Amino acid sequence: MAKVAEELKNGQKETAGQNNVSLVALLQEVQERYNYLPEDVLRELAREKNLSLMEMYSVATFYKSFSLQPRGKHKVATCSGTACHVRGSEKVTEELSRVLGIKPGETSQDGAYSLETVNCLGACALAPLVVVDGEYHGNMTAARAAALIKEHLKKSRGLSAAELEQDVEKKAWEGCSCAILLAGNDKK
Amino acid sequence: MDALKTGLRSLPELFDLQLELKKKREQRENYLAVCGDTGCTAWGSEQVKDLFARCLEEKGLSQSTGLKFTGCLGLCECGPVVIVFPQGIFYQKVKTEDIEEIVEQTLLQGKVVERLLYQDPLSGAKIVHAEEIPFYRKQQRVLLANNWKIDPSSIEDYLALGGYGALGRVLGQMSSEQVIGEIKASRLRGRGGAGFPAGLKWEECSGMPAKQKYIICNADEGDPGAFMDRSLLEGNPHSVLEGLIIGGFAVGASEGIIYIRAEYPTAVQKVRLAIAQAEELGLLGENILGSRFSFKVSVSVGAGAFVCGETSALVESVHGRVGEPRQKPPHLAERGYNNCPTVINNVETLANIPYIINMGAEAYSRIGSGKSGGTKIFSLVGKVHHTGLVEVPLGMPLRKIIFEIGGGIKGGKAFKAVQTGGPSGGCLPASMLDLPTDFDELNAAGSMMGSGGMIVMDEETCMVDLARYFLKFLNDESCGCCFTCREGLSRMLEMVEAITKGQSSMAEFALLKELAAVVRDSTMCGLGQTGANPVLSTIRYFTEEYRAHIEERRCPAGVCRDLISFHINSELCNGCGACRRKCPAGAITGEAKMPHFIRAELCTKCGICLESCPIQAVIKL
Repeated sequence: MAKVAEELKNGQKETAGQNNVSLVALLQEVQERYNYLPEDVLRELAREKNLSLMEMYSVATFYKSFSLQPRGKHKVATCSGTACHVRGSEKVTEELSRVLGIKPGETSQDGAYSLETVNCLGACALAPLVVVDGEYHGNMTAARAAALIKEHLKKSRGLSAAELEQDVEKKAWEGCSCAILLAGNDKK
Repeated sequence: MDALKTGLRSLPELFDLQLELKKKREQRENYLAVCGDTGCTAWGSEQVKDLFARCLEEKGLSQSTGLKFTGCLGLCECGPVVIVFPQGIFYQKVKTEDIEEIVEQTLLQGKVVERLLYQDPLSGAKIVHAEEIPFYRKQQRVLLANNWKIDPSSIEDYLALGGYGALGRVLGQMSSEQVIGEIKASRLRGRGGAGFPAGLKWEECSGMPAKQKYIICNADEGDPGAFMDRSLLEGNPHSVLEGLIIGGFAVGASEGIIYIRAEYPTAVQKVRLAIAQAEELGLLGENILGSRFSFKVSVSVGAGAFVCGETSALVESVHGRVGEPRQKPPHLAERGYNNCPTVINNVETLANIPYIINMGAEAYSRIGSGKSGGTKIFSLVGKVHHTGLVEVPLGMPLRKIIFEIGGGIKGGKAFKAVQTGGPSGGCLPASMLDLPTDFDELNAAGSMMGSGGMIVMDEETCMVDLARYFLKFLNDESCGCCFTCREGLSRMLEMVEAITKGQSSMAEFALLKELAAVVRDSTMCGLGQTGANPVLSTIRYFTEEYRAHIEERRCPAGVCRDLISFHINSELCNGCGACRRKCPAGAITGEAKMPHFIRAELCTKCGICLESCPIQAVIKL
């Protein structure tokens, strides 16, 4: 962990005598390297570069692209821009949330998946849009998005279709509201 | 061509290089333009391009026929789009399996592949050439015109079309006063949202006595549903860069910054490449083209905050701090980046500059409406037939844009409203369709131009739900600095949410209107001041819909979940079980081949049954 600042591009620039290094740029570099902003790295950086930890925290929490929690290996994002919204993106997000068993902004317990909503990706012709690991999938519906993610889950977790259904059921069971819980109960 | 290696040291060298590249281009006029914008890449245009490259190689055509992976070609709905030049044959929805046929038929035999042509939705006729398609024919493409002709990663393409000629003319023949005078005479107004005259903005900054000044290009296109700036940066980055350099010269800045939002990684990459190319050629750096003007440009990447589109917040963000707006005055022209005079222009504004210098202010100002000159790019999205980027002269009526260029509403539904100006704008009903798209006219109607998002909505869009959506967006994005914005927006959101759940009253509705006015009048920056617009404009034009939610507990558009229910028509249902298997809540029961039923107490109203029923037996009430 030592000398975090020196390992970063901006850190080097600053040691060369510039005092106005952008904290946003610095945190972007940390995030790029670790996939999130680990607390110990931030503490180390604050100490080495004589920055205020409070200021770091306020910048990190102000901007949407920073995360203080580790993010999943696979990133699933739904676009919630206006064009996507009027074509039903909210239902798509909900369904993805149900299948993955996590809410938007969360990461699955095994660290494999994280789900996010983004404001607008500027590909409105494809609304509603789902992005899985940087790959764009357009004209989604709740059902199509579910199928897409189930396919991904099958591959990444090596499950069969039946096992996957069970898994989803279980997740939904653990993480859902009362009404759906009762529904599950009723079926068994 | 030596200049490409050694760099340009004088004006004549620039003009010589342009001429040489132009000749070279004319010698090889056969090329394929494959759209490489985000929309088309999502449809798979990258694979299409790669396969074309391979196919041209195999057939021995790679010398005679160029292949350009271009920026947005406009008609995103029909992606991936491929245009064959010089004829301008437009092929839509091109898949990898079509490529051999295109090469074989069109390139080798000069025939047209019928099945890949665009079909007019009204007449059903097939159209061969791009410029005959109504979507393009009725536009006036000035800024976007070169997107068809340019590979955005090639500065040579831009130079061959006369690129950087405006910069050459400015540095060689004009004073900064003359440049500002030209921009003022062109009646160009800022394209970022507020529509402040660009010439006046430059004049104010140029008059400031300071050694160091900055010019910032605002590419923090945060409006959801708008992607004009992204397409300009990705499709023709050098035009924006040229505008920025000219702006720097006019206001007396020695440094430019392009602030791009993090959600646009491709744009960041293309702009960085363009800057490196311009530096190498000597179009950026010390004593540009042998003049006394020196200028450098850097890129600053945002980190995701809508409020950073506000100029003072943007400056804070470029500093790397929390992007909170500050009280003005002092204006940025007085105290901006590093406490120096700073001017901030939107991407589209800057892209206009080279055209104004080239065609002259008088000719430019003849395009457009009474008070504002030029064209405006809109991102026409939502429930419209032809989603995409359209560029029209300012002042064109909404109806013409939506129905003639956009091809009307998808799926034969009725038009309900159009939303302009993003979260700060408003919704306009069918009765306002003849309104000209002009800064002042839109403001007077309770909406605004904004950066150019145009979201079309049909009868299945609930206006109360839309107001809720924008309030939620703004509530999330409010920096929290002003009390009325922070608390006001969240209380308004609560009130509108209550309406969508049928838990409101007319008394509370009156309170909502009052609170909206308070938020508008008592916040510091544009986000709060215009934050009530989506609510106020929907109330102004769609009061009846609010009433239906409040008094009758009914959502006429069938969107608000607490006010709708799903049923299966037992006369139609054949018991195929598709809905039962798909229902995530297990709320559908029924024997095979017998009519099914939805148990209302379990239904989460996700609508998957409606989507999955093959015979449309599921109904929404």
